[in-house]
Amino acid sequence: MSLPAYAGKLETLWYYLFRVICGLILFFLIAPIVVIIPLSFNAVPFFTFTKEMLAFDPAGYSTKWYADFFTNLNWQGAVKNSFIIAFFSTIISTTLGTVAALGLSRSEMPAKSLVMAILISPMIVPLIISAAGMFFFYTEIGLASTHLGVILAHAALATPFVVITVTATLVGFDQSLTRAAATLGATPVTTFFKITVPLILPGVISGALFAFVTSFDEVVVVKFIGSYEQRTIPWAMFSGIREQISPTILAVATLLVILSIGMLTAVELLRRRNEKMRGLSPG
Amino acid sequence: MTDTASHHNPRDLGLKPLQTVDGTPLKVSLARAKRRARIRAVLLVMPLFLFILVTFFIPVFSMLMRSVENPVVVEVLPSTVEQLANWDETSGEIPDDDVFNALAADFKVAAVDKTAGKVGRRLNYEKSGFSSMFRKTARKIKKLEPPFKEGIIDIDKKWADVDYWRVLKRESREYTDSYFLTALDFTYTDDGERVLKGDDKRIYIDLFARTFWMSLLITGICLVLAYPVAYLLSTLPVRSSNLLMILVLLPFWTSLLVRTSAWIALLQQEGVINSLLVGAGVLDDANRLAMIHNQTGTIIAMVHVLLPFMVLPLYSVMKTIHPSYMRAARSLGANPYTAFVRVYMPNTVPGIGAGAILVFIIAIGYYITPALVGGQSGTMISNFIAYHLETSLNWGLAAALGAVLLVVVLILYFVYDRIVGVDNMKLG
Amino acid sequence: MKKLVTKTLIATAVATGMVGVASAQDLVVVSWGGAYTASQQKAYHEPYMAMNPDIKIVNDDSAGGAVAKLRAMQEAGNVTWDLVDMVASDAILSCDEGLIEEVNHDELLAAAPDGTPASVDFGDLIVSPCFIPQIVYSTTFGYRTDKVGDTPPTSINDVFDLEKYPGKRSLEKKPINNLEWALLADGVAADEVYDMLGTDEGVDRALAKLDTIKDSVIWWEKGAQTPQLLADGEVVMGSTYNGRLFSVIEEEKQPVAMMWDWQVFDLDGWVIPANGKNTEEVKKYLTFATDTQRLADQAKYISYGPARASSAPMVGKHATLGIDMAPHMPTAPDNATNTLLYNYEFWADNVDDLTEKFQAWLNN
Repeated sequence: MSLPAYAGKLETLWYYLFRVICGLILFFLIAPIVVIIPLSFNAVPFFTFTKEMLAFDPAGYSTKWYADFFTNLNWQGAVKNSFIIAFFSTIISTTLGTVAALGLSRSEMPAKSLVMAILISPMIVPLIISAAGMFFFYTEIGLASTHLGVILAHAALATPFVVITVTATLVGFDQSLTRAAATLGATPVTTFFKITVPLILPGVISGALFAFVTSFDEVVVVKFIGSYEQRTIPWAMFSGIREQISPTILAVATLLVILSIGMLTAVELLRRRNEKMRGLSPG
Repeated sequence: MTDTASHHNPRDLGLKPLQTVDGTPLKVSLARAKRRARIRAVLLVMPLFLFILVTFFIPVFSMLMRSVENPVVVEVLPSTVEQLANWDETSGEIPDDDVFNALAADFKVAAVDKTAGKVGRRLNYEKSGFSSMFRKTARKIKKLEPPFKEGIIDIDKKWADVDYWRVLKRESREYTDSYFLTALDFTYTDDGERVLKGDDKRIYIDLFARTFWMSLLITGICLVLAYPVAYLLSTLPVRSSNLLMILVLLPFWTSLLVRTSAWIALLQQEGVINSLLVGAGVLDDANRLAMIHNQTGTIIAMVHVLLPFMVLPLYSVMKTIHPSYMRAARSLGANPYTAFVRVYMPNTVPGIGAGAILVFIIAIGYYITPALVGGQSGTMISNFIAYHLETSLNWGLAAALGAVLLVVVLILYFVYDRIVGVDNMKLG
Repeated sequence: MKKLVTKTLIATAVATGMVGVASAQDLVVVSWGGAYTASQQKAYHEPYMAMNPDIKIVNDDSAGGAVAKLRAMQEAGNVTWDLVDMVASDAILSCDEGLIEEVNHDELLAAAPDGTPASVDFGDLIVSPCFIPQIVYSTTFGYRTDKVGDTPPTSINDVFDLEKYPGKRSLEKKPINNLEWALLADGVAADEVYDMLGTDEGVDRALAKLDTIKDSVIWWEKGAQTPQLLADGEVVMGSTYNGRLFSVIEEEKQPVAMMWDWQVFDLDGWVIPANGKNTEEVKKYLTFATDTQRLADQAKYISYGPARASSAPMVGKHATLGIDMAPHMPTAPDNATNTLLYNYEFWADNVDDLTEKFQAWLNN
């Protein structure tokens, strides 16, 4: 959007004003995330900038909240649980979700929209309702307060994301490629691994990332069906905010922001690769 | 992946009806291949379908059934319920000796099984006083001798109150509508009529209205903020728009708890914004703004959380609108404003619809952010469902509230499916 | 794909096995977490585990939603907890619902050092046959000493006096305690409070009194919120549990002081879930953990009063601060001039109804 040569005075003014407005909105989006980073180095246990901090006095800064995070067993357990649970639920949801997406994208699939609605229902149903249902059911079958229970619950919540991303990749998928492979004598298995997998891989990986984040960020369900032994990072943050606000939460938050930058980069690279492979963009 | 059986032999063409190599008619063979393809598709979907069914669908469905299930009274007081069938609740008289004798028998069993408290608690949701009445009776029933009617009334004189009996008889049915009535602020009168509750007891209608209104407001604000950003992103050259896109995507990928804590740090009275304003002399130290633990805080934090969900669908629609439309409108004499409103905006309606419904669906069921920064005025319906699950233990009511919420969400989902199609949903 | 699925399943099984299900000698004890669990860990769990090396006590900090989880476990017939810390009101209802076990206090619990049987030593505090009292705590007020000028608040009336003490107050987001305080501040005599709350007019009167400060109230849901709000200077005064205020004042040295007028006493104690898997082991533990010395020991770490009469004289100094703990007990004579005891019977009947009214009032 560059300013056309025929723009009048008013239009020029609006052109710059518009950019300022957009700048402010983008600032609103990013500022809260940026602001917690310096706050996590606060020397005093408050959520605000002290005079020393504003004067860049080293005495106003401290890494003690990070030290607390790395030595506190409560947080260590939470980190371990978060990774274990997110890892296994990602594997389950990615596997099941990818296979199902392959079936769903076939024209022969009967009752497609009904099946699709049921498969993505974990994403649509408000979390508190899912959590309540799982709470009673998982207690009944003895999966409450176990890692397996939380893993299965998170896998269920995450599959819709996998189904959607993989299906989206398959929309542009040229079925004649697999047919070509078959005519050239490839077995269905070979075709699948040599043709289908490389083409849908970006979708699968970004689906897996979504699944990972879904589990890694989930707190309502784990609060209901888990117990202290299954506490995750969001759980510890949630009770931290309610029980005892300390800048350790901000230190954790900062580390999580770094993690999400990593995730974002990965997804962005995948997206570009995907578009390039499908010839949708010059990349 | 393709079916080799359908490769026909060209030499057979024109001599007989079309046949495959093994001699089956092509029609049959095709039908078979199709059926096989269908089975294969179903088999691929089946594992996930069963997984979702077991880990998600059945749990949620059976939880929602609690909103109408009401087994406890008839289970614990079976003979009383049977005897009560003969009692005319409109007579204004309490039941006769037969009922009291049955009640005494049922209570003697319940006292041993320790189930009377459960019934008392269940009925206390309908009328205050049942809890102590049942617990007291269960404690003293062991030593009670006939005549039971006088004896039981001696234990608790509420047993002589016909209103308690009416509630007991009403809730002896196996399925009840009383949870749904409560969820919609209705109640039974003593005569068994369903009426709207008095002003001083109405909660849920207001709460649903507030949840709805807040979600609408959040959706509106998101739209107003997302539209210019999406427009800018879609019109900038790829290189700079990719860079700015990071500012939208980073919040999207950042943990919800992180963003909520950030807003607490920013908005609380001793927080960053208030301190800046006081430091700049705009605010007096004694008059710091209350921006958190109220509706304002919830709305600000939720707009921040949901804004990317609005920007992304808008952006993907705007990306497809060719700039020549606008140029054409301008060259035909439209001023920039008219060109924008008459030509550009109508083209973005699908994006607006998609983003708005998506944001609204997420907002209406939100729990975490209101729970942490909502305070009193920022509480939403999900928080009440959690309250009834965890604290009041009125699980039937929690299920009924959940069911009402779910119906609203499902309606929106079908609208979304119509406008956008779930297949076209894009993430990231 | 099939291989992958099998692998996943195996890996999952291994992982869950690794993280471990509680073995037979693990006792899962559910309590409130934070400083409270820490005080139990020091006073009860650690000495007991030292004496019984084959027992491992696992803390589960989910007492907050314990009744809900316990009820769901009982409904499902799958109880994974061995011992739960509960407030008395929950224990009474859970006992009558059959969720927890009745105990014979004299058989199970140790007598006092002078031979007084447990049932006498605990006395009236045994409010339910399932309940083993541990501590007496109170819900009371703390205020910012730097924001009240030279005349600190001394009575419940001051909580409702916005002219004398402008600024926000924090109160718990439920009717219990707040309605009582409102009536007391409105001039109702303490022994008439519950009769009055039994009528619609009485409830309206209490809510009308609360109306006068409604706009200045921040409603809390967790015991830690008021201390946090006081420390941050977000409120001038607020109600919370006395032990929480003690740690803000004495451990964190914040400019906060106690206002004990019409503190509401309540009890907290142990209950044994019905159909538990390690009931016998748990009972052995309880005999030890609730004896006179152990209850007195807990007061070294947190300022709640021990539930045994015989423990009171043995309350000593704080384990790390070295200050005398007796004057910080809610039951200390200077603090207990005006007190209410939580009315279990009244609230068991009226909590549903009054919560509904209270919520409607909050929303209007």
